[in-house]
Amino acid sequence: MLETAPFYLTVKLAFLTTIILFVLGVPLGYWLAFSRFRVKFMVEALVSLPLVLPPTVLGFYLLLAFSPENALGKFLDTYFDLRLVFTFPGLVVASVIYSLPFMVQPLKSGFTSIPKAWLDAAYTMGKSRRVTLRKVLLPNMKNAMLTGGVLTFAHTVGEFGVILMVGGNIPNETRVISVAIYNEVEAMNYGVANTYSLILVGFSFLVLMVTYFINHQKNSLLTYD
Amino acid sequence: MIDLQLKKRLTGAGGDIFLQIDCQMQSGEIVGIYGPSGAGKSSILRMLAGLMVPDQGFIQVGEEVWLDTSKGINLRPQHRNIGMVFQEYSLFPNMTVLQNLEFAMEKGADRKLTKEMLEIIGMRELADQRPQLLSGGQKQRVALARAMLRQPKLLLLDEPLSALDREMRKNLQQYILQFHRDFHLSTLIVSHDAAEITRMSERLWVLENGSFVYDGESNLYFT
Repeated sequence: MLETAPFYLTVKLAFLTTIILFVLGVPLGYWLAFSRFRVKFMVEALVSLPLVLPPTVLGFYLLLAFSPENALGKFLDTYFDLRLVFTFPGLVVASVIYSLPFMVQPLKSGFTSIPKAWLDAAYTMGKSRRVTLRKVLLPNMKNAMLTGGVLTFAHTVGEFGVILMVGGNIPNETRVISVAIYNEVEAMNYGVANTYSLILVGFSFLVLMVTYFINHQKNSLLTYD
Repeated sequence: MIDLQLKKRLTGAGGDIFLQIDCQMQSGEIVGIYGPSGAGKSSILRMLAGLMVPDQGFIQVGEEVWLDTSKGINLRPQHRNIGMVFQEYSLFPNMTVLQNLEFAMEKGADRKLTKEMLEIIGMRELADQRPQLLSGGQKQRVALARAMLRQPKLLLLDEPLSALDREMRKNLQQYILQFHRDFHLSTLIVSHDAAEITRMSERLWVLENGSFVYDGESNLYFT
């Protein structure tokens, strides 16, 4: 039987992940673009790690870390009453880590593409870094922000391995659409699996199409040329 | 009076050069810095603006010490009272001409000044245009006006005219001289154009390989 909960969970997860990653990605991308810190390459490698690791590896270690048997999990459980294994909040934390490069890389390129003279001009006009970021940098890199946002959202919708490892397959809690499809196939309900899958294909195609359409249009939504 | 002592190793396309200067200028003076490209002209302005930190140095403008590396003093660019115009156009494309000017103002400052400035540079009709639609000369006029709005003590011009054609240059030179006079500025202008720098400045510093090889009247150097 087709349920609506997996769709709701998926969209909620992708939405929260994208919002959180915007908040984390802007300072991190800014730092990666402008810092002259000597061991920056190490941080860059760390941020990009989820791109190359099998999701199961990441999920496995997150599962261990979140487990109340271990230090981090115990700490969160004792002091914040927060359980991250097999819960929705756990999925959000895992997704944020898993999709980090999809937000940070576009934002970093966005920051790098801003002419240095704009920053110098703003600083000599007495503007702080924060004001310059808000009024000059971000408004002139909407393209990068859209790309980062869409990639993060779409990537989170498409997550499977990490979610199964950290969240399991709990209805109304961690059974997102990708897990629901797996579940139906296991139960030989190919019809339902097919319906879920078709909806996902249609949705993903639509999101990417709209993004590319906006990106190709040299319109006032994104650029000022 | 502006006192300027700077030492800095600069890495450029032609290898390292060691910039070492020690010079003074009177307030109200307009001084040209001339020299081949890569000699370190722009670096001097950037260090004055606080955008680049010298290895060793001392900068005093009037009574204020902006930089003293021996005492660990280094004012941020935001706290140095300067106006700077760059060679590349540095107007913000997400703002209109008027908004670009307003951005330069302090919070709560009198907005009337921006309107007046638009009048002075003759661009009232273009106030609501985006800078991308302006000509190069118009862009630099706005950039100059924007630098003036904070009523700086010191105006730093880093090859502001080199991307413009001859007519535009002449026109802009007039504006620079007018601003310099009317706002009682001390002005430093970097250029590699001998004719331009003679016209603009009375005093000339010639920079070669990181140090000044001439300090004197502009027209005497080129004759």
